[in-house]
Amino acid sequence: MTTTTDAPVVKTRGQRFTGAAANYIDERTSISGLVKELGRKIFPDHWSFMLGEVALYSFIAILLSGTFLTFFFQPSMAEVHYDGSYVPLKGLQMSAAYSSALDISFDIRGGLLFRQIHHWAALLFISSIGLHMLRIYFTGAFRKPRELNWVIGFVLFVLALAEGFTGYSLPDDLLSGNGLRIIDGMLKGIPVVGTWISYLLFGGEFPGTDIVARLFTLHILLLPAILVAALGVHLLLMVVNKHTQFAGPGRTNENVVGVPVLPVFAAKAGGFFFVVFGVIVLIASFFTINPIWNYGPYDPSPVSAGTQPDWYIGFADGALRLVPPGWEFVLWDRTWSFNIIAVVLVLVVFLGLVAFYPFIEGWITGDKREHHIADRPRNAPTRTAIGAAGVTFYAVLWAAASSDLIATHFKVSLEGVIHVLQALFFLGPIIAFFVAKRVCIGLQKKDREIALHGYESGRIVRLPGGEYIEVHEQLDDYERWRLVSYNDYQPLMLRPNARGRITFGQRLRAGFSRWFFEDRIAPVSRNELERGGHH
Amino acid sequence: MAQHEDGGDVGSAVEKSEPFVPATGTAVLSSDAIQNPGLPPHHERVTDQDPKKEKTAERRVITLFYLSIVGSVFAVAAYIAFPITPGDTGSVRLNTMLLGIGIALGLLSLGLGAIYWSKNLMRGDELTESRHLTRGSEPTRARAAEIMHEGNVESGFSRRTVLRNTLIGALVATPLPAVAIFRDLAPAADPVKLLEHTMWKKGTRLTKDPTGLPIKASDVTLGSVFHVIPEGLNDTEDRLEEKAKAAVLLMRLKPEDLKELPERKTWSYDGIVAYSKICTHVGCPVALYEQQTHHLLCPCHSSTFDVTNHCEVIFGPAKRPLPQLPIAVDSEGYLIAQSDFTEPVGPSFWERS
Repeated sequence: MTTTTDAPVVKTRGQRFTGAAANYIDERTSISGLVKELGRKIFPDHWSFMLGEVALYSFIAILLSGTFLTFFFQPSMAEVHYDGSYVPLKGLQMSAAYSSALDISFDIRGGLLFRQIHHWAALLFISSIGLHMLRIYFTGAFRKPRELNWVIGFVLFVLALAEGFTGYSLPDDLLSGNGLRIIDGMLKGIPVVGTWISYLLFGGEFPGTDIVARLFTLHILLLPAILVAALGVHLLLMVVNKHTQFAGPGRTNENVVGVPVLPVFAAKAGGFFFVVFGVIVLIASFFTINPIWNYGPYDPSPVSAGTQPDWYIGFADGALRLVPPGWEFVLWDRTWSFNIIAVVLVLVVFLGLVAFYPFIEGWITGDKREHHIADRPRNAPTRTAIGAAGVTFYAVLWAAASSDLIATHFKVSLEGVIHVLQALFFLGPIIAFFVAKRVCIGLQKKDREIALHGYESGRIVRLPGGEYIEVHEQLDDYERWRLVSYNDYQPLMLRPNARGRITFGQRLRAGFSRWFFEDRIAPVSRNELERGGHH
Repeated sequence: MAQHEDGGDVGSAVEKSEPFVPATGTAVLSSDAIQNPGLPPHHERVTDQDPKKEKTAERRVITLFYLSIVGSVFAVAAYIAFPITPGDTGSVRLNTMLLGIGIALGLLSLGLGAIYWSKNLMRGDELTESRHLTRGSEPTRARAAEIMHEGNVESGFSRRTVLRNTLIGALVATPLPAVAIFRDLAPAADPVKLLEHTMWKKGTRLTKDPTGLPIKASDVTLGSVFHVIPEGLNDTEDRLEEKAKAAVLLMRLKPEDLKELPERKTWSYDGIVAYSKICTHVGCPVALYEQQTHHLLCPCHSSTFDVTNHCEVIFGPAKRPLPQLPIAVDSEGYLIAQSDFTEPVGPSFWERS
């Protein structure tokens, strides 16, 4: 392309250099196309959209700090006698892995800082993924065309858990060794293949001398490779689908309103990366996490009371604790450990429901349109209620992981805590469902009321008759739009199909649809608004 | 992304279709819905209106960036100036803290500066971009279908069925070696055999964990508990694997408190009983002994065992009682095992019966 300018503009050295460099790269990569497509891409703004960013940026912090750690960590279970500078453990027999983790903590400048950055960043990574998922769920941002990206995000969540667990086990300290022992015990409880899976994983009998090196390979090679690939697809699909936005004046299903990538979003997101990283470093420099030197090297015999896994594994550990006594049988000369099998099934079903929820809701609504406007949670009461039930279910399992600490802190009996949690395992989600649904419908009614009759102004007027009234102020069009612009569904009507039959699938779908949409508050219509104004 | 409709007679293979209208399901589409009022007017920021404020904002960003440089340099200085003195945990703390503060200052000021810049000095109004359906345009889809069709015709993929099926078969078979080669993750031995035995055998002395000193029956006073390993464990090659199976708890109760089965009467010695320390649930050490109630509690999942009643489970997810180690006393008064455990210890497994 040639450009002609009216007056010859003298370019500075810097401009000439930038132009030449850009030209050099473009002539070899055609990168100008990418800049043209993405440079002015619009990103909508909302505080909750940050959660995914936090996850992304903490992952980068994990990669950077983890790479530093690999230069010093020895993933070996060879027995050594500790000769580092932490006095209480001097001379003790331990694995090279534990010894090198101690060296990182006590003999390498910045080693402890980077261990703690790595651990805190991992905790932030998993918690921000969890919150990000909740945001996506409660705003319905998983609906078409984003169902697949939800599934990819779910895979990322599972990978993050796996990364967390494998990393946690690497220092080969007493606490993480006990965690591995539990994994070993759970594997052995799986019918048919369990004994062999454990035997192969540990390279012989538990604990063996291989597991740390194997987990290390998983932790720094296999899992991160899959994670980075899935993350790439996740972000690519986000660009292709464009980000959702919340309902607001001027925002429609056919547009995106926000700031362009260059320069505003790039500066804000780039700056935010440094802020996230900075906050992690700040926490890591002041707050100890996983003080492995207090636990000692792994030994199958000692254990301390009140042991806790890292918080994100808590729900699985809690599920193990809630199984009532006696769930194990010998049948056909084989041991059926339902105290393990039931836990695995419950977790798989729970996680499966999370992974496939978009398809379930899509089937119930039958809605094949694209949705780019994020719902306010109240405007999808049943979905929000299901979410609340799911969160409660998770919370019960999570609390169960600390049942002994709850018992000792609140001076109640351990049996009592377990029995209450066993009851809540079933009742909690049901109660949460109904409460959340009622709250949503209540909020929707309030929105309707405000949209129709305005809000209370706080101005009390005495009428000539002596009556006092509070003057209601009408909303302006922009404010009202937020309250009335949502998608509404009605229950599915059962109709015979072309062959005059009502299939079981149809009945099932109609049943779900009724459950989903029978209590619904329709958005305020124009007609209602006009009539409402003349009260 | 830009759409490339390259080559081919666009859309020739498929007749022109109606504009795509997705199903709305049970959505309520009201013609009476309130109309979107459109974008609200843009409000200018103070930095847009007042050049002095703009200048102040710019200076703030510059200050933050300077501060960031100071932080990074400080981190390097702290790294050098506050080394770790071996054995001095205070020096570790100081090094960690000062290095961390420097790095954090470098990162945070940089980040906050960039955000402040973008929020106050860069363009402040919002822009609008239109969305298109995610699915490709009709001509693109038609061309894609045509390409796939041509690929199929030109290769004969669905016409040459045997060829296609053998291809699929070959693709399924290729990963099989990758599965097989994982057999040698563990040694050739049968894990079930290994799980059935521990180091204990007739005459093995009970010794203290971790010192390995033998225990006299007379040392075991009423109400005391000993963490026990078999004699010679510390010298074995696979110390931890053996310990993971052979760890034992030794307790002395009043003989009248013990409810013993007749066939196990000889397994205890004067109220001293030995039980496997490895939980039958998932294998944690059952390390907490309540002297008053004679209960053993597993700290991992709260399984509780009653020592007076052959360590039956009285609470928690475990099913099987802790296996008992039959003990006796040798001529010198030291506690010894009468035999190995009579059943596999530790977590249940499929092949166990």
